[in-house]
Amino acid sequence: MKAPRFSYVRPESLDSVLELLAEHEGEARILAGGQSLMPTLNMRLSEPRLLIDINRIDALKGISLEDGTVRIGALARHAEVLESPLAAEHLPLIADAMPHVAHVAVRNRGTFGGSIALADPAAELPACAVALNASFVLASTRGRRTVPARSFFHGLYETELAEDELLVEARIPAIAPGYRSAFMEFARRHGDFALAGVCCHARVEGCVLRDVSLACFGGEDRPRFAAAASAAAEGRAWSEEVKDAVKAALGGELEPEGTFHASAETRVHLAQVLAARAVDRMLAAG
Amino acid sequence: MEEAAEIALTVNGETVSARVEARRHLVDFLRLDLGLTGSRLGCEHGVCGACTVRVDGAIVRGCLMLAVQADGADVWTIEGLSDAGEIAGLQDAFVARNALQCGYCTPGMLLTAAEMLKAGRRMTRPEIREFLSGNFCRCTGYHAIVDAIEAVMAERFRD
Ligand SMILES: Cc1cc2nc3c(=O)[nH]c(=O)nc-3n(C[C@H](O)[C@H](O)[C@H](O)COP(=O)(O)OP(=O)(O)OC[C@H]3O[C@@H](n4cnc5c(N)ncnc54)[C@H](O)[C@@H]3O)c2cc1C
Ligand code: FES
Ligand code: FES
Repeated sequence: MKAPRFSYVRPESLDSVLELLAEHEGEARILAGGQSLMPTLNMRLSEPRLLIDINRIDALKGISLEDGTVRIGALARHAEVLESPLAAEHLPLIADAMPHVAHVAVRNRGTFGGSIALADPAAELPACAVALNASFVLASTRGRRTVPARSFFHGLYETELAEDELLVEARIPAIAPGYRSAFMEFARRHGDFALAGVCCHARVEGCVLRDVSLACFGGEDRPRFAAAASAAAEGRAWSEEVKDAVKAALGGELEPEGTFHASAETRVHLAQVLAARAVDRMLAAG
Repeated sequence: MEEAAEIALTVNGETVSARVEARRHLVDFLRLDLGLTGSRLGCEHGVCGACTVRVDGAIVRGCLMLAVQADGADVWTIEGLSDAGEIAGLQDAFVARNALQCGYCTPGMLLTAAEMLKAGRRMTRPEIREFLSGNFCRCTGYHAIVDAIEAVMAERFRD
């Protein structure tokens, strides 16, 4: 199908984006990579009056490291993050996850900020941000604020972003010495959204895990920081017994929806298996 | 803020200027306004890859980019890459291996394969399949297509 009529504007500065958002609150949509917005327009699932194209705003581009924090600009393309030596060194979890995000042609346009702002519950990057305790910088004509990833995602495609706000960048703690991470997902076809996935991040001392952060995605309406499962692994030497405790904790805290792709039980089972494998892989990497 | 805009870009090496509706996506612009019908539309929502074109050196979904966004861009389609001879080796291999039947997916397959060759090395079959995972073929199946790409890599990148 063809997109409905809309007006289009391509501002040259961040301030003019924010002014346009304020002026057309509720009737305008940000156009970033367009890899999720354009399908909804072509299918007429959304009919905004105005598209604000942010693709030429330099302030939203790039990836950099400052004081142990990696800044990923909202407009950093998936392909750019995938090929970034800085991300590979300081954000191995995201480097691990990125090949699972869509396909080459989609990664060439899709942006980091677009994926976070969209908040698809089966998307990889929101879950990585939750696992790594990242935060997002949001801007509007009212000012700027920083929101932790763990409270940014409210539900299915629902976030903390107000209608006049723009996501400017993600700030993600660079991996510290002694820490490791692992990403795993199960999808029906490579590059498809996951039926279930896990992000695992922890300090590894021999086979003991500390400061464990396990996040799950794909079954529920938003990525979840799996607090009980993380606690079950905390400070203990990884063994069959701890593995079972983590699986049991996940079984208790995950409440996925069943769909025709996979039942709720299947999704919990997948998350349990993937979590155990992720830790195995993290320990093997040493 | 208008529902239409003037754009100027290069398509297959030639300068083009036009007035386009904001809602017109790049492939409709190429097909309907420029008569370049080699780029196809399958799903029009990003899933099938029939609309693959090269914009500023990288392949994109032509159905997920607006023509107005291509203002100032360098766009290459199957027509231009064929005429320039860049993909002649791939085209010969596709014919030799029967890697097409109806041909609907073929322009997208060839543009994706050309992007693969840019890596400058032989890929394994699973790597080729993964790279092609965003392109659907409804009749040939993927085996012959992977064969053709593998053959070109083997020929071009002898270790
Ligand atoms: C075939 C296909 C397969 C895919 N598979 C996957 C996959 O496996 N995993 C995955 O994670 N994603 C997948 N995607 C989605 C892809 O990653 C998108 O690029 C991404 O989700 C959205 O990013 P975008 O830059 O394209 O955003 P857009 O489509 O431009 O925007 C998406 C939404 O976010 C809003 N928005 C964008 N940027 C901002 C900002 N800076 N501030 C505020 N709001 C903003 C827009 O207004 C819009 O509502 C797939 C897409 C396709 C077409
Ligand atoms: S027509 Fe663009 S991906 Fe199918
Ligand atoms: S050859 Fe017919 S769709 Fe691929």
